[in-house]
Amino acid sequence: MKFDKPKTLFEKIWDSHVVYQKDGYPAVLYIDTHLIHEVTSPQAFEGLRKRGVKVYDTNKTWATMDHNVPTKDQDKIIKEPMSRKQVEMLRTNCEEFSVRLFGLGHPFQGIVHIIGPELGITQPGMTIVCGDSHTSTHGAFGTIAFGIGTSEVEQVLATQTILQYKPKTMNIRIDGMLGQGVSSKDIILYIISKISTSGGTGYFVEYTGTAIENLSMEARMTICNMSIEMGARGGLIAPDQTTFDYIKRRKFAPKGKDWDKKIEKWKKLTTDKNAKYDKELFFDAAEIEPMITYGTNPGMGMGITGTIPSVDDYETQSQKDNFLKAMEYMGLTDKQGSKLLGKKVDYVFLGSCTNSRIEDFRKIAKIVKNKKKPDWLHVFVVPGSAQVVKQIEKEGLDKIFTDAGFDMRGAGCSACLGMNEDKIPAGKYCVSTSNRNFQGRQGPGARTFLASPMTAAAAAITGKVSDVRKFLKL
Amino acid sequence: MKKKLLNKIVSTAVPLDMEDVDTDQIIPARFLKSIGRDGFGLNVFRDWRYDPEGNPKPHFILNHPQYKGEILIAGNNFGCGSSREHAAWALSDYGFKVVVSSFFADIFKNNALNNTLLPVQVSNKFLRKLFAEVNKNHQTIIEVDIEKQTISIPKKNLSEFFEINPYKKICVINGYDDVDYLISMKEKIADFEKKYE
Repeated sequence: MKFDKPKTLFEKIWDSHVVYQKDGYPAVLYIDTHLIHEVTSPQAFEGLRKRGVKVYDTNKTWATMDHNVPTKDQDKIIKEPMSRKQVEMLRTNCEEFSVRLFGLGHPFQGIVHIIGPELGITQPGMTIVCGDSHTSTHGAFGTIAFGIGTSEVEQVLATQTILQYKPKTMNIRIDGMLGQGVSSKDIILYIISKISTSGGTGYFVEYTGTAIENLSMEARMTICNMSIEMGARGGLIAPDQTTFDYIKRRKFAPKGKDWDKKIEKWKKLTTDKNAKYDKELFFDAAEIEPMITYGTNPGMGMGITGTIPSVDDYETQSQKDNFLKAMEYMGLTDKQGSKLLGKKVDYVFLGSCTNSRIEDFRKIAKIVKNKKKPDWLHVFVVPGSAQVVKQIEKEGLDKIFTDAGFDMRGAGCSACLGMNEDKIPAGKYCVSTSNRNFQGRQGPGARTFLASPMTAAAAAITGKVSDVRKFLKL
Repeated sequence: MKKKLLNKIVSTAVPLDMEDVDTDQIIPARFLKSIGRDGFGLNVFRDWRYDPEGNPKPHFILNHPQYKGEILIAGNNFGCGSSREHAAWALSDYGFKVVVSSFFADIFKNNALNNTLLPVQVSNKFLRKLFAEVNKNHQTIIEVDIEKQTISIPKKNLSEFFEINPYKKICVINGYDDVDYLISMKEKIADFEKKYE
C-alpha cells in the first residue's frame, strides 16, 4: 500500500503547479491568473515587443487601472500628464496584446485586489500573481497569490509561468472570540506588532484557528492582504462554505455542472492531518484590542489604550536610532511613554485594497450614522471598485457619509500611496484604513496612523484618535 | 535578451546605517510614473536626499561628497514593502552594483537579481565591521567576488562567504535572462497544460 506524505494546503497547490524543477534551480511555476495594472506593466509589455512574443494566454490575464487614477471627475481627462500617459499606455498595450481591460469608466474598474474576488476571477486552488505586493489578498480564497516585480510580470505574460523558489511554510493559528469593536484588521496589526515587519520573510503563511474560521470573506481578505507587511511572500486560508457562498454566482465564477465539479475539487483544499509546517505561531483572539500604529512601519503598532514605547525600551544603538527617527518623523518625540488616545488628527482615509469593500463601509456607516465630522477634519471615503460605489449608493450609505460631511469619491488606490491627486499634506496626521505608514507613503511628510475601519470611523466623528468601543456601547 | 555582466566588483562603499529601509523610501510612489526603466536614479531616496524645495539635505549620506562607490551597505531588512522593481532600477541607475545587508525582503531580492544588482547578505557581525571600517575610512576598498561568493576588505584581511543560488549565479555572471530560459521551456509548459485541468 502506498501512503502519500501529508501536505500543507500551500504544498498541495504549489506541487500541482510545478511545470519543471531542476535541482538547485528555481521551480517553473504555472500561473492560473495574472492581474495587471498601469504602474508595473509598461516595461514588461515593452520587453515582449523587443522579443517579438505575444501574451501567452489572454484568457488568464486581466487588467485594470487603479494606482494613478483620480477619484474625482473620473469621466474627465486625467490632469497630471505622467499619470495620464501611464494609464493611456496600459490601454494601448491591452489593445495591442488583446488583454481584457476594465479601464476608467468601465463598470468593473477598481483596485486590482478588490475586483479579482468581487468578479469571481479569484478561485480556490489557483496560483495568482500581480505586480503589486498586496496580491497576497487573494490568499483568503485558498490560493497561492503573491506580488512580483516587473521582470516577473514579463515572464508570466510571455510564458504563463514564473521562476520561483519554494518558500518555507508557517502556520499562524488564532483561536478564540474577538472582542467587541475588534476586527480582522486588528488581528493582523496585532500579529505584525508581535513578530515585526520581517517576522514572516521567507515564509508563506497559512492562517488557521477558530477566530479565522468565523470571519467573513471580506475580513479574511484584510488579513491576507497585510501578510506582506510581516515580510511573508503571501498568506492563505483554507476555503470552506463561507468561501464557496461568496464566489457562487459571481460574474466569472464557474456555473452549472462546472460549479459542481469545482466544488468537489475545492473541498479537498485543506492541510492534511499530521502535515508539518516549518514554523508555527499561536495567538489568542481574546487578547486583541482595537489596534493603532504610532511609527513608520506597520510593526510599530499597539492596542488603542496602550502607550508608545520609549527609546530606553530598545537594546541596540541602531534600534534606538531607528525608533527616534520614526518618532521625529511622526512628531511624537515628546509623546514617548504616553498614550495616543485623544491625539488630534487632520485627515481620515477610508479606503485601499485592505479595507474598501462593502462590508467595511457598512461597519463605518453604523458608527457614523446621524453624526457629523468636526470642522477641521477631512474625511476621504474611497470605495475599492466601481461596483462597491454602486452598492454603497444602493444601500444609501453615501447619504450617511455626505450628511456626516465626508468626501465621497470614485474607485481607486487614492491616498493610500500618494501617487495620484489624493495626498495627505506634509506634517498632517491621518488615521488610515490602508496598509502602510512608511515615511511619505500618503504624501511627502504625511503622518499615518493605521487602524481598522471602525477605529477610523470613530476618529472621523471625533477628529481624534479614539476607542471605538465607547461608541458601540452607546 | 543579454544584460550587463557582473563578476567582480571592487569599489569604495556608501554606508546607509538604517534598518527596515522600505521601497517607498528607495523610490517614492510619485516617481513611478515612467514607462521606461531608466532615469529612476535621479530620485533614489528622494525624500531623504532632498527637502521639498529640492535642496540637498546635508545630513543624508548620499549628499556627503566623500562617500562614493558602487556598493551600498545598509541595515537589517533592506527593501521591505512594495514590490516595485523601480527600487532596484533606481539603485542600479544611480550606479550601485551591490547592496550589502544582514537581511533582505524577498521581493526586493528577486527584483535586484533580475537587474544585475547583487544583494549580498552577510552576518550581522560582519555588517557591523563593514560599517565600522567604512565610517573610519571612507576610502576603504571592498571587494565582492561573485565566482568565489566572498565579500572582503583585502587591506584588513576581513572576508565572509555569502550565499547565492546556483541558477542566479549563472544568470548574474553571464547576463542570462529568465524570460529566455522560460521561453526555452515551451514544450514542457505545453505538456503541463495538456495534463492540467
